[in-house]
Amino acid sequence: MNQQLTTQRNFDSMRKSLNTLGSSVSAIILALSICAVLLLVTGKDPFAAYSKILETGLTGEKLLEMLKRATPLIFSAIAVAIGFKMNLFNIGVEGQYLFAALIAAEMATHVSLPRPLHILFILVVAMVSGAAWASIAAFLKIARGVNEVISTIMLNYIALSFIQWLFESFFRDDSDGGLNVKTTKIAPSGRMPDLVHDRLNGMFIVALIVAFLYWIVVFRSRFGFRLRASGLNPIAARTAGIPANRMVLIALMLSGAVAGLIAMPAVIGDVYGYGPSAIATQFGFAGISVALLGRNHPLGIIGAALLFGFLDSTSAVLQLSGIPSSIVKVIQAIIVLVVVIVNEASSRRYNRRTAERAAADLKSQEVPQ
Amino acid sequence: MTQSKNFRLFVSLLAALAIISTVRLWTSQDALTSSDTIGTALRLTVPILLAGMAGLWAERCGVLNIGIEGMMIFGTWFGAWGAWQFGPWAGLLFAILGGVFGGLVHAVATVRFNIDQVISGVVINLFAFFGVRYLSELVYVGKQGGGISQSPPQKWALPRFNLPILSGGQIAGWKSPDFLGWLELQRWFILGDLGGISRGLTHNLSWATVIAVLVVPASAWVLWRTRFGLRLRSSGESPVAAESLGVKVNHLRYYGLLISGGLAGLAGGTLSIVASSYYRQGQTAGRGFIGLATMIFGNWRPSGILIGAMLFGYAEGIKLVASDSITALFLFIAAISGVFLVVAVIRRKRVQIAVALSAFLLSAIAYRTVDTVPESLTQALPYLVTLIVLATANQRLRPPAMAGVPFRPGEPH
Repeated sequence: MNQQLTTQRNFDSMRKSLNTLGSSVSAIILALSICAVLLLVTGKDPFAAYSKILETGLTGEKLLEMLKRATPLIFSAIAVAIGFKMNLFNIGVEGQYLFAALIAAEMATHVSLPRPLHILFILVVAMVSGAAWASIAAFLKIARGVNEVISTIMLNYIALSFIQWLFESFFRDDSDGGLNVKTTKIAPSGRMPDLVHDRLNGMFIVALIVAFLYWIVVFRSRFGFRLRASGLNPIAARTAGIPANRMVLIALMLSGAVAGLIAMPAVIGDVYGYGPSAIATQFGFAGISVALLGRNHPLGIIGAALLFGFLDSTSAVLQLSGIPSSIVKVIQAIIVLVVVIVNEASSRRYNRRTAERAAADLKSQEVPQ
Repeated sequence: MTQSKNFRLFVSLLAALAIISTVRLWTSQDALTSSDTIGTALRLTVPILLAGMAGLWAERCGVLNIGIEGMMIFGTWFGAWGAWQFGPWAGLLFAILGGVFGGLVHAVATVRFNIDQVISGVVINLFAFFGVRYLSELVYVGKQGGGISQSPPQKWALPRFNLPILSGGQIAGWKSPDFLGWLELQRWFILGDLGGISRGLTHNLSWATVIAVLVVPASAWVLWRTRFGLRLRSSGESPVAAESLGVKVNHLRYYGLLISGGLAGLAGGTLSIVASSYYRQGQTAGRGFIGLATMIFGNWRPSGILIGAMLFGYAEGIKLVASDSITALFLFIAAISGVFLVVAVIRRKRVQIAVALSAFLLSAIAYRTVDTVPESLTQALPYLVTLIVLATANQRLRPPAMAGVPFRPGEPH
C-alpha cells in the first residue's frame, strides 16, 4: 500500500511539473503569436523576423553570446527568486547590484593578492555590499513595518544617486586627465579568466554553481524549508516556531548577496572596473522577468535566462535587416505577461481538477490508508 | 472644532511664511520665493501630482499600481505623437488614451486573471519602456528632428495666460497692471514673499496646469461625496462586505484602474507637451514612483498628495532655477525644527525633542559647513523623505485596507 502511495505521489509530482512545462511552452507560443500580430499591424513581416532570429541566433558565435548574456540574468533571477520563495518582492535588485559593482570594483584596487584569492575577495566584497544594501530594506520591514516593495523601489533611486556621488567625488580615476570615466583598472590577478577568449568568461560557471547552491539551500535544506514555509503560510510558520523577522532578514540579505554578483561578469571579466556607462543597468528588472518565466526553479531560471539571452543576442542583426531591434524586448515583456497569466490560470485549473478527483475518489471508494 | 483647526492651519502657514521670509532677507537669496522659482516648481509639481492621484485612484479601489511609471511613458509617447500630428489639445487626449491603455492591461491582468498586482505593474513598466522604443523606431526614425529616442518637435504650444490685474494679464486687448510683480519687487517682509508666490502661481500659466490642479478637488469630490466614489472606496476597504451589499467590486476596480491609467497618461502628456515640446526617452525619470511616494506621504488623501507633490516640486524647482539657494533651505529647515523643538520642550515629549533637536543640529551644521550640495544627492531627496516618513510615521498612515489583495467574486472567503 505504501509503495503504491509513493508511486502515486511521484506520478502526481511528475504530472504537476509536466503541467508547468506545458503551460510555459504554450504561453511562449501564445506570446509569439501576439507579437506576430503586433508586427503585422505595424507593417512588418513576422515570419521574416522570426526566421531571421532563428537563423542568426543558432550560429556558434551567437550561441556563445547567448551564454554570455544569460550569465547576469541567472544571478539576477536567482536573487529575485530567493525573495519570491518567501513572498518578498525584492524590486531593489537593481540598486543592490549597481552599489555592489562600484564597491567591489573600488575595493579590488586596494588589495594585492594572488589570483584565485583576489577574485574570491572581489566576489565576497560584491556579495557583502549587495547584502548590506538589501539589509536596509530588511531593517525597515522588521523594525518599522515598511513594505519592502515600496522601500526597495525608493532605495533603487537612492542607490543610483549615492553611487553617482561616490563615483564622481571619490572613486573616479582621474590619472589620465579625466578622460577615463571609470574606477582604476583592476590588476590582472583580480580578473576572471575567459572560458572562450573574449567571448565568455568564467562567471558563467559561477552562475551555474550559484544556481545549484540555490537549489540545495532553498529546495533541499532545513533552512530552505523554513524559508518556503514562511512564504506559503506565514501564520503557520510562526506557529511552528520559525522566527519570522530573522527569516526576512536572512532572505533579503541572501537575495542581495546574489544580486551583488550580477555585474561581476562585466566588472572582473570585461571592463575591469566600474564606470557609469560601462556597466549595463536594468538587469534587476530583467531578473524579475526571468524569475517569473522560470517559476523560481533553478532549471527554469537557467532555461529562461538562456531564452532571453538568445533573443538579446539577435537584436543587433535584426536592426540590419530592417526590423526594429526593440521588438526583441517587446517579445520578452509580452512573454512574461502571458506566462504569468497562463500559469495563474492553469494552476487554478490544476487545483480544481485535483480537488474534483479527490472528491470523486472519496465517493467511489475508501481512501487508501 | 473645524474652525479652530482652520485657524491653526492658518497660523502655521503664516509662521512658515514668516520664517522663510526671514531666511530670505537674512541670506538675501531672493530666489527662495521668487515668482520664477514658484512658477517652475508649479510646472514640476503637476506631473508628480497627477501621478500621485493616479496611485490614489488605483489603491482606493483596491489595486496596487506599480505600473504608473509605465503608463506615464505611454502618456509621454502618445501625447507627443498626437500633439505632433494634430496639435496640443488632441495630444493631451492621446496622452490620456495611452495611459488608459496601460490601465486596461493592468486591470485585465489583475482583476480578470488575478495575477499578482506588483508583478503586473513591473511588467507594464518594462513593456511600456520598450514598447514605445519600438514605436519610435517605426514612426520617428528618419523624420526631421526625430529618432529612436526622441520625437520631432511639435509645431504648436498650448496657450498660456497671466491672471488679469494681479499678474498683468490682458482683458480685451488692455494690458492690466502686474500688481503681484510690483509687490514682489519691493522685497518687503512677508508681503514680498506673498507677492512672489502668488505671482508664480498666476503668471505665464498653461491651461493644462489649471486642468491638472482641478483634478485634485474633482477626485476628492467624486471619491468622498458621490455614490460611485463610496462604492469604489468600499471595494478597496472591504470587497467582501461590498459584494454582499450588491456592489460589483470587479467592475469598480476596472473603472478605478482606467481612471488611474488616464491620470498617469495625462501626467506623461504634461511632460511631453507642456513642460517640453517633444517626447524624449526617459522623460518620466522616475516621476511615477515619486507619485507613489507622494501618495504614501499624503496618507492616501488628495489634499495630502497635493502638499507632498508641492514639496517635491518645490525642491526640484529651486534646484533648477537657483541651485545656490539650496543652502539657504538648510537654514529654513533649522528654523522650522527650532520651532518644533520649543513646542516639544513645552509639551515635554521626549521622542519629539530628540527628533527636532537632531534635525535642528544637522541642518544648522549643514548650513554652516556645506557650500554646494552635489546635484546627485539632491536627486535622491524625494525618495529619502518618503523612506523617512514611512519609517517614522508608518503607524499613523492608513492605506486602504484591502489594497493589493486579489478578489474573486462569488468564492468562499
